[in-house]
Amino acid sequence: MRSLVRLSALLLGMALVPSSFAQSGPVKIAGLVELSGTGTTSGTNFNDGVKLAVKEINAAGGILGRKVEYTASDTQSQPQVAKALAIKAVDDGAYVVMGPVFSGSILVSMTETQKAHIPNFTGGEAAAITQQGDPYIFRTSFTQTTAMPKVARYLSDTLKAKSVAIIYTNNDFGKGGRDVFLKAIAPKGIKVVADISTDPGQLDFSGAVLKAKQSNPDVFFVYTNEEEAARCLKELKKQGVDKPIVGETVLTSQKVIELAGDAANGAVAHVGLTADAPLPEVKAFSQKFQNEYHYKPDHNGLKGYSAMYIVKAVTEKIGKFDGEAFANAMHGIKLSVKQYPGILMDVSFDKNGDLDRESFMTKVVNGKQEVVATLPALGSGQ
Amino acid sequence: MGDFVQLVVSGIAAGTIYGVAALGFTLLWQASGTINFAQGEFVMLPAFAMLLFLGIGAPLWLAFFAACIVSMLLLGVAFKRIIVDPLLRHGVIPLVIATLGLSVFVKQGIKAGVGALAYPFPSAFPAGQFAIAGIEVSYADLGTLLLAGGIVIALQLFLDRTMTGRAMQACAQNTEAARVLGIDVRRMTLYVFLINGALAAVAALLIAPSYLVKFDMGETIGLKAFFAAIIGGFNQTRGALLGGVLIGVLENLVGFYVSPAYKEGVALVVFLLVILLRPEGLLGKAEERKV
Repeated sequence: MRSLVRLSALLLGMALVPSSFAQSGPVKIAGLVELSGTGTTSGTNFNDGVKLAVKEINAAGGILGRKVEYTASDTQSQPQVAKALAIKAVDDGAYVVMGPVFSGSILVSMTETQKAHIPNFTGGEAAAITQQGDPYIFRTSFTQTTAMPKVARYLSDTLKAKSVAIIYTNNDFGKGGRDVFLKAIAPKGIKVVADISTDPGQLDFSGAVLKAKQSNPDVFFVYTNEEEAARCLKELKKQGVDKPIVGETVLTSQKVIELAGDAANGAVAHVGLTADAPLPEVKAFSQKFQNEYHYKPDHNGLKGYSAMYIVKAVTEKIGKFDGEAFANAMHGIKLSVKQYPGILMDVSFDKNGDLDRESFMTKVVNGKQEVVATLPALGSGQ
Repeated sequence: MGDFVQLVVSGIAAGTIYGVAALGFTLLWQASGTINFAQGEFVMLPAFAMLLFLGIGAPLWLAFFAACIVSMLLLGVAFKRIIVDPLLRHGVIPLVIATLGLSVFVKQGIKAGVGALAYPFPSAFPAGQFAIAGIEVSYADLGTLLLAGGIVIALQLFLDRTMTGRAMQACAQNTEAARVLGIDVRRMTLYVFLINGALAAVAALLIAPSYLVKFDMGETIGLKAFFAAIIGGFNQTRGALLGGVLIGVLENLVGFYVSPAYKEGVALVVFLLVILLRPEGLLGKAEERKV
């Protein structure tokens, strides 16, 4: 009998060890990021942003006294790989999942984190992501439905454009953006004179640009991923296009400017986040990032960094490591940069996981992105 | 009409770059029976080498010549000595598999060592366009056309008109007979590998400004060059250029008049048609394999 009691005590002890260990050991954060394939630029920036934040958070004592253990895995920019890695992250007991950045990937992988009740931050901007009713998905940037009306307003009010040629990438991000853009410009009376789909990873834009050019639009709207945007800008310059070239987020990002060189000059884009924002926290972040990785972060670097600090802020608010409580707390939350400097800009989240904050109109001047206007957050009442 | 001519011109320019890389395929095949599936990576490496030399302050022309020498040593001499020579005696298949492995190794090595991000590359030609009879042609297209076309023609003349070139062709056609005639077969084969290394550097110089320098930039060019070589005729150097130009022009025309979505499939369709209707290639001669 005594031995039975001893055995029970031992078994109970063994059962308790992992949980007590889990509460005191490092907290696991899984990164599902595009470190190869067509999303390399986006994924690398996002990942480096998260890593920088994790390093700072750990140096300052971690979250609620626990260190953060961040593991990044490469989705190869492929949805099926992203899904498999999401399953692995769930099995590994991740507290929060960061990424993927590509809309096509997160749309597939988010079901796994939802099933496991794990909060999942994404860099994806496709409108559909937060329309699935998934309470565990949170954005790190604007949805296209928030951003495109701002672009449409710029085309009609500032450029007085009557016609537009669209060049977009045929993936979830590009198609989603094009569809929302079409809806946004319709009430403004802007006519689409060319609507050109290009492939992800497309190398040669001569045909696409020539077709767009022949349609003689007032303005070109380019909505592709980074490398394609650079190739497209180069081709637009090569073919001597002198009309305004407008984009959203990607077109004036650091990597595009670096890759396109002179051809990027004059390009205009609405961006939710930029390392050149006239804000002291963002400037300080940009400097730290460059010291660490020796390149200038683009919007995805800011997304990863600020998201990791949002995880810290919200976890400390709820006072425990609990995915469900975390997700509940996120809906309707407002975080101010005064209280949490790491989040870089004041931000609020709605019930779908969409976020709202200030944004910027940017233009490339002499190889540098310049902020030409700061646009207020939608919820600011302005 | 202006559109059509403009598309054809830029298609020919792109096609000559495919042709330059395809030439490497056909030369190696003729001289040593080697099918090099790492040909795309052979274009990617000199591009990174040029970036390295540009990074330490060399002007583009110097970086190009330095990369040419590195490429000839590494992708010519070292590739032949370390991989081709020991494996070729076991037949073509082990070598094909080895070059496939080499392709993966080089790609992943660059990704691990340099990173997976793309890098910009300066164009050897000025930006902008000029108009001839109402047709706009870019300086980059014209420059590419002249340089790549010139190199292919010069190489053809070298192979046809010089003693060394003819000796190289003799080795390709019948190694034993060439040896009996007193030709130094090993040296001639080495020349071919050196030429392939230099061609890879030329292709890199021409394609990197638009493709951007990246660890996987060789995948597309390698595949297109292979298709171009098959389409033109694997045993004909002229065929490589024809195959490349055909792909470049048709891609542009289909991309414009049909849909950009079908552009990438053009090379494959032409490749299939040639394989079905004229397996020896458009300019190729049917050959019986030496046993």
